[in-house]
Amino acid sequence: MFSYAMKRILIGLMTVYAIATITFFAMHAVPGDPLMRAKVVNEVVRQNLETKYGLNQPLFVQYVTFLTNMLKGDFGISFTQQNRSVNDIIREHFPVSALLGLVAIITAALGGIVGGAVAAIRRNQWPDRTIMSLVILFVSVPSFVFAAFAQVGLAEIKKKFGVEILPVAGWGTLAHLILPGLILGLGTMAFLARLMRSSMLEVVHQDYIRTAKAKGVAPIKIFIRHQLRNAVLPVITFLGPAVAAITTGGFVAEIVFAIPGLGRYFVQAVQQLDYTVIMGLTVFYGTYLVIVVIIVDIIYGFIDPRIRIAGA
Amino acid sequence: MTLPRVLNYLKYGIKVALMIEVLFCLGFPSIGYSQLKLKTVTLALSTEPPNLDAGRATDSESFFVLGHSMEGLTRYGKDGNTAPGVAERWTLTEQGVVFYLRADARWSDGQPVVAKDFVFSWRRALDPATASEYSFILYPIKNAELINQGKLPLEQLGAVAKDDRTLEVTFEKPCGYFLGLTAFATYFPIREDLVQRTKDRYASNPESMLFNGPFKLTTWVHGSSLRMERNPFYWNKKNVDVDVIDVPYITPDETARFNLFKTQKIDILGLNKENLSNAQREHFKLRKFTDGTVFYFSFNFREGHLTANKNLRKAIRSVFNANQYVSRIVGIPGTIPGTGLIPAWLNGVNGPFRKEFPLIAVKNDIAMGKQYLAAAMKELKLKSPPSLVWLTTDSPTATKEAEYMQNLLKTTLGIQLKVDKQIFKQRLAKMRAGDFDIVSAGWGPDYADPMTFVDLFTSWNGNNTGQWFNKDYDQHIRNALGTVDTQTRMGEMAKAEKIILEELPIIPTYERTIIYTHSDKIKGLVRRAVGSDPDLTNVKIAD
Repeated sequence: MFSYAMKRILIGLMTVYAIATITFFAMHAVPGDPLMRAKVVNEVVRQNLETKYGLNQPLFVQYVTFLTNMLKGDFGISFTQQNRSVNDIIREHFPVSALLGLVAIITAALGGIVGGAVAAIRRNQWPDRTIMSLVILFVSVPSFVFAAFAQVGLAEIKKKFGVEILPVAGWGTLAHLILPGLILGLGTMAFLARLMRSSMLEVVHQDYIRTAKAKGVAPIKIFIRHQLRNAVLPVITFLGPAVAAITTGGFVAEIVFAIPGLGRYFVQAVQQLDYTVIMGLTVFYGTYLVIVVIIVDIIYGFIDPRIRIAGA
Repeated sequence: MTLPRVLNYLKYGIKVALMIEVLFCLGFPSIGYSQLKLKTVTLALSTEPPNLDAGRATDSESFFVLGHSMEGLTRYGKDGNTAPGVAERWTLTEQGVVFYLRADARWSDGQPVVAKDFVFSWRRALDPATASEYSFILYPIKNAELINQGKLPLEQLGAVAKDDRTLEVTFEKPCGYFLGLTAFATYFPIREDLVQRTKDRYASNPESMLFNGPFKLTTWVHGSSLRMERNPFYWNKKNVDVDVIDVPYITPDETARFNLFKTQKIDILGLNKENLSNAQREHFKLRKFTDGTVFYFSFNFREGHLTANKNLRKAIRSVFNANQYVSRIVGIPGTIPGTGLIPAWLNGVNGPFRKEFPLIAVKNDIAMGKQYLAAAMKELKLKSPPSLVWLTTDSPTATKEAEYMQNLLKTTLGIQLKVDKQIFKQRLAKMRAGDFDIVSAGWGPDYADPMTFVDLFTSWNGNNTGQWFNKDYDQHIRNALGTVDTQTRMGEMAKAEKIILEELPIIPTYERTIIYTHSDKIKGLVRRAVGSDPDLTNVKIAD
């Protein structure tokens, strides 16, 4: 088990290194640079800025400096916010994205599991049809459409009836979390519901369910004890990557609902070619995703010995 | 590990998550708790201010916050003219200006604002190590440019604190618009002791800043919100009615801001083309102002570019109809179709520059255009109308504009436009490298004087992207830069503008107008092209 875990971690480290290297050179290959502004900066000022950020060095030297600093956990200062370090940005804004992601994943998991299970139990009846129609809707329509609709809807209700169900945008209270969290989780919820439904359908026809029924176990007990518990396994294995994807992918919700999350900074950094922020956030997100995947891999190993044997 | 145990962990996970949610909820007081008593104006910003270091700020969001929390020697008055700020009076000559600082100007920690706070701030902005992008705006001060290039020590700057309340500024050459410059953020004072204490983190949060303006920044949650409150030490506080400027929302999403205004969460809202019709449907009271920016098509004069041919440029000018362009492409009512380089909002000697120095109207004449094109083809030895590269950005409006021009030039002159669509920074890179024939561009003013526009096309200006060089033009600008006499300065700049319209390094397209609305409780909101916008300093709040 130990060697299996070590191997996974080693591969993870190499992945992060590869991500960092590829991003670094790809980013520098893009025309333009972070110091390019709408108005031409005087030559001396530009040289000073280049010296400050080390852009006057050959690219390979910059790469080595970047790697050395990265190992020390220092990603430097942002080009667009010259008095903030990339570490400050991650420290202040990742918790926001993580919290939003957490709410989203909880909603998605609960909604998906319950929805999927109900659809399977009532297969081809109206609950199944309703849930599956919604699933198709949530999978195929991107979340920003729902975000925009929900916001307009709230504004209309506020205007017509003078009632504020939920705030239109902003951050700081529990109420501000609900709508963006729900919308961010919709896609995942739909996917999980589908997964849960098919897994549940498999379980429903197993022999041990028939045995339980024959023994006269109460249907609700069968549902919770035997069906739900067994069917939920694939959903849980999918949750790991989903957590990573949701906590890093809240960009649209963050923009629409004026939430100070990290996703926004990432996208802005790419638009502005803010080298230090791009690298810092890429490595951070990369490491985060790799860690989640490793944890999932290791947990798999615990749950299913076959994976461990095949891996080792 | 068995399945029930996994589920158990999951249960724990959910419990922990819910606890975090509850803690989060308790940890944050709800927004707007103190709006009951205080006179508050609430706004949403599109991005957070990238840099509140006055010496290094370059963008409108930072200027908005700085303009309310700081004050220069002069400030922008209600009417846009220069009014006294920290300086209560001054004497301006060809050689320089002496500022007399008011005794009751105070920092937000109660200390007096003194002449050396300005000297320190200006030297710091010019220090090559600071690498301030707006350092050029200090160049009218003697030796500023050489100091900025590292060729002279900071102490050689022509700004001397004679005593705490007397600041003597020597000019590099006469500067007739200097009193407008001293209201600009780069000219704001900075306290040396604070910069030494906070170093690299200066102005990264309210604790690492001091304020001498009508308001002080009290909270700043990066990317999320900021709040400015009345500065009790401001000398003119009795004329400030607003207690709090609250910015609880920061989002680039125009629709989100629209919805915030609709639900009365914010008091001021700018409207883009898409939201304009929604605003009309909601019966918002619409207002407009010019933000000062002038847009134009710029021709490339580098070797090998056909656009260096004057007849070709004249041909394009003749078929271009600015009125039609504005109504079809810009689509914002009140937009001024482009006629010249110096926009209508700028003042000349006693009144609007455009009125004092009227332009000859350009006739839109396709037949004439064809004649110019024939002459150009002869000079360039072309058998058929040329094909030109049109460089532009990837915004929807830019795309529409490119298609419009493509169609216009094709149907009237038979000129083919190859559209080179690039994202913002890459368009800049290509523009600087001269990789285009025509580029659609704009210029926003740095100070309220025609010089901020005419200076752009001098041979020594790095922003002259088309690299159009004209000796007479340069001379007129030099003449205007050499005097503080307004009549002479304006006259010279008017002559320079005439050369632009004759030689056509650019075709002016429009002067931007912004449509906005604000809640009824706000009276006397000032919008301006230069300096802090919107300006809430003079706003009165109706109860």
